[in-house]
Amino acid sequence: MDLTLKIWRQENAKAKGKFETYKVKDISPDSSFLEMLDVLNQQLIEDNVAVPVCFDHDCREGICGMCGLYINGRPHGPDTAVTTCQLHMRKFNDGDTIVIEPWRAKPFPIIKDLVVDRSAFDKIIEAGGYVSVNTGGIPDANAIPIPKKDADISMDAAACIGCGACVASCKNASAMLFVAAKVSQFAHLPQGKVEAKDRVKNMIAKMDELGFGNCTNTGACEAECPKEISLTHIAKLNREFFAAKIL
Amino acid sequence: MATLNSKIPEGDISQKWTNYKAHQRLVNPANKRKLDVIVVGTGLAGASASASLAEMGFNVKAFCYQDSPRRAHSIAAQGGINAAKNYQNDGDSVYRLFYDTIKGGDYRAREANVHRLAEVSNSIIDQCVAQGVPFAREYGGLLDNRSFGGAQVSRTFYARGQTGQQLLLGAYSALMRQVNKKKVTLFTRHEMLNLVMVDGKARGIIARDMVTGKLTRHFAHAVVIASGGYGNAFFLSTNAMGSNGSAAWQIYKKGAYFANPAYVQIHPTCIPVHGSFQSKLTLMSESLRNDGRIWVPRKKEDAEAIRAGKLKPTQLAEEDRDYYLERRYPAFGNLVPRDVASRAAKERCDAGYGVGSGLAVYLDFADAINRLGKDVVEARYGNLFQMYEKIVDDNPYETPMMIYPAIHYTMGGIWVDYELMTTIPGLYAIGEANFSDHGANRLGASALMQGLADGYFVLPYTIQNYLSDEILTPRMTTKEKEFEEAENEITGKIDKLMNINGKMSVDSFHKKFGLQLWDFVGMARNKEGLEKALASFKELKESFWKDIKIPGKKDELNPELEKAGRVADFIEIGELMAKDALMREESCGGHFREEHQTEEGEAKRNDKDFMFVGAWEYKGEGQEPALHKEVLEYENIQVAQRNYKK
Ligand SMILES: Cc1cc2nc3c(=O)[nH]c(=O)nc-3n(C[C@H](O)[C@H](O)[C@H](O)COP(=O)(O)OP(=O)(O)OC[C@H]3O[C@@H](n4cnc5c(N)ncnc54)[C@H](O)[C@@H]3O)c2cc1C
Ligand code: SF4
Ligand code: FES
Repeated sequence: MDLTLKIWRQENAKAKGKFETYKVKDISPDSSFLEMLDVLNQQLIEDNVAVPVCFDHDCREGICGMCGLYINGRPHGPDTAVTTCQLHMRKFNDGDTIVIEPWRAKPFPIIKDLVVDRSAFDKIIEAGGYVSVNTGGIPDANAIPIPKKDADISMDAAACIGCGACVASCKNASAMLFVAAKVSQFAHLPQGKVEAKDRVKNMIAKMDELGFGNCTNTGACEAECPKEISLTHIAKLNREFFAAKIL
Repeated sequence: MATLNSKIPEGDISQKWTNYKAHQRLVNPANKRKLDVIVVGTGLAGASASASLAEMGFNVKAFCYQDSPRRAHSIAAQGGINAAKNYQNDGDSVYRLFYDTIKGGDYRAREANVHRLAEVSNSIIDQCVAQGVPFAREYGGLLDNRSFGGAQVSRTFYARGQTGQQLLLGAYSALMRQVNKKKVTLFTRHEMLNLVMVDGKARGIIARDMVTGKLTRHFAHAVVIASGGYGNAFFLSTNAMGSNGSAAWQIYKKGAYFANPAYVQIHPTCIPVHGSFQSKLTLMSESLRNDGRIWVPRKKEDAEAIRAGKLKPTQLAEEDRDYYLERRYPAFGNLVPRDVASRAAKERCDAGYGVGSGLAVYLDFADAINRLGKDVVEARYGNLFQMYEKIVDDNPYETPMMIYPAIHYTMGGIWVDYELMTTIPGLYAIGEANFSDHGANRLGASALMQGLADGYFVLPYTIQNYLSDEILTPRMTTKEKEFEEAENEITGKIDKLMNINGKMSVDSFHKKFGLQLWDFVGMARNKEGLEKALASFKELKESFWKDIKIPGKKDELNPELEKAGRVADFIEIGELMAKDALMREESCGGHFREEHQTEEGEAKRNDKDFMFVGAWEYKGEGQEPALHKEVLEYENIQVAQRNYKK
């Protein structure tokens, strides 16, 4: 496949960015999107054209949450339920022009080119995304049976990889789906109940403080989430949040 | 000069750890506050160690190269984690897990460490459940288990196909809780580039802030390396792109011994290579071997027809299929250990029975779907099937998957004693970065167990035995000459890299090197190939320092510079792997020397001459490293030829 790429280039956080156009040839439809970018970078280096394009990635199997590109106006591109690294070129056509941008959201400032700073997510987890137990002195794992149904819903929520596509897709740059995934994971388990109220209050307060917007139920996040985290977790979060405020 | 004293406690094997804990020195709470520990790595080993040390009261500085500790490579582990809970009442016990691990490792691991690992395995599961890790459960609400290779019991706990993710998020949440309490300081997007030693002890590190390129100095009373394995030396592996051996290599060059570098694990079930643009290989979890059956065509002409696209696997009658693992190893069948399964696949493909490109075999779920129904298979492996389909564009519910072995894990690593301390005082290595516990071959679901055992339950105790002597050591300012020199060394290295100004990208170079490593130091090795490799690596090393090109600047985010530093180390690690493989005149576990096999093609150990850990000591640039032997003694297990046939 031969492709034209319009890629956002920005030297650093302070520099002004702009789109640059590059062409790549003979891309295999079986290669992944990031492998296509590898080919481009290889070309930029060996033909001495420009400094290679920076993008974040690590596992390249859709689980670490490090990759994330805004491709033709959609976080993680045109395929559903995949991360950028799992997107394959067979989803595009020969001769296509592909526009590639970083996540754009105020709480995720651009570091360079397509790389953004998502440490705000760590700060939200720091505010309460855990069960407060220390290592050791723990009762047997089977001491508290947990209904399979609850464990399964908890696992659905826990599948969030912290990629930030939900924020990038949201017109308000809300982190609600990300926060809801963590809150709901614990809300469905007995271990999480003890601190449920503080957890939801602290995490929401931190999210607001960091400049993420409000949730207005547009549902773009659910549609773009590579792990198909459902909006029902936001509903669960809201219930937890109101319960925490009332009592 | 460092000597090999493994510091194994006295007493009966089942009492060693208990005795150790009862007699080790501890640090009192007031003094813990005065002590700093650096932990390099936030994978299962590093995150669990950092969280536990901080909970105890030590001040921790945790480093990772990703943008968040949650993204460490451990996140990618799929299949599960072992523990000797015996919840299934199928006869499991601490002893059996200990025994299976020693046997699986082909009698090349240290008994005392492995027994301790089996002992603490149960606490790991308790700990993770308490943290809210959503392990799979049965309808009655209790925890579910599956079986993994090399075991005849079901002792593997799992969270769908995302066990590593869930365990790491558990450890990460514990870590973030300590960040919130200001007991852990996080340094993300920071890469450790050097160890700082003062008076022979580890006292800190030099790290590069990957965003600004600035070199930063960090002091601590003890340093813990939890930087993972060096499998990426091969370029193509199942490891994350950034996984590297550099932290381990830097400390090797400062005097920490590197043990058994030749022991690498080749995982039998990975998606086969499909093109030269490929950047990594994807693992299909070993858990699939619970229900999937591995086969190739029985007749060569069928294999040829399949490769030519003239025949479909589903068209092949049952009697025309060769379920070669079930045929060769009736007792364990598809669940033989990884090294055995990998070699058997290579043997069939080399003999001309491979499918796909010729380097692939089938992993078939048709029987499982008939027996259990599609729903059950989907519930067990749904996300793996989806992953396969996205990559290969083929539906594994309808046609069998194609798989082939790939580099996956490194059993070799930094030599550590019973306390997980390296040969440098105050320097520790945990998780995949050390050599302990798995001998010459690791059993599935045991790396997660080891990483968390080291981090939650072993290191936080053993490190106190050392730190109790450090309570009077004041913090350094990092202006001392040792920090200065360590930083200058790195500035020099970076400048040298930036000034190479050749034409070749680091990746092209790495691919070339990786291919040679795979050919000569991969699944099958021989004297001639290894000698060839050693000569070739020498040339490649020279070529690297002449031919590669790093665009951009050093004081900015520069992935090419990062990769170059890692590849420079990989070449040297590859060299040591080849040396070790050449020295070890036997076949054991993941190390298969073609000269040493039985008539049936099984690995042949040489216990008389090689029942030792080979620990290499760096002797300086251009000098031959020195080999130190830690002789292995088996007092509680009868050493036998591994037999998975009956
Ligand atoms: C695809 C896949 C599936 C697997 N599945 C299983 C399984 O089902 N069961 C099982 O038991 N095992 C499995 N394994 C093996 C297991 O996941 C790993 O061995 C284990 O997670 C390693 O953990 P670790 O903490 O030692 O290192 P890692 O998780 O690799 O973490 C390394 C850390 O070190 C940091 N780091 C590295 N170098 C530097 C540096 N120079 N400076 C600063 N930081 C640095 C990284 O940022 C990272 O935080 C699997 C492995 C793979 C590849
Ligand atoms: S909720 Fe989905 S989109 Fe948002 S961070 Fe998690 S995985 Fe990514
Ligand atoms: S690189 Fe890990 S999710 Fe894409």
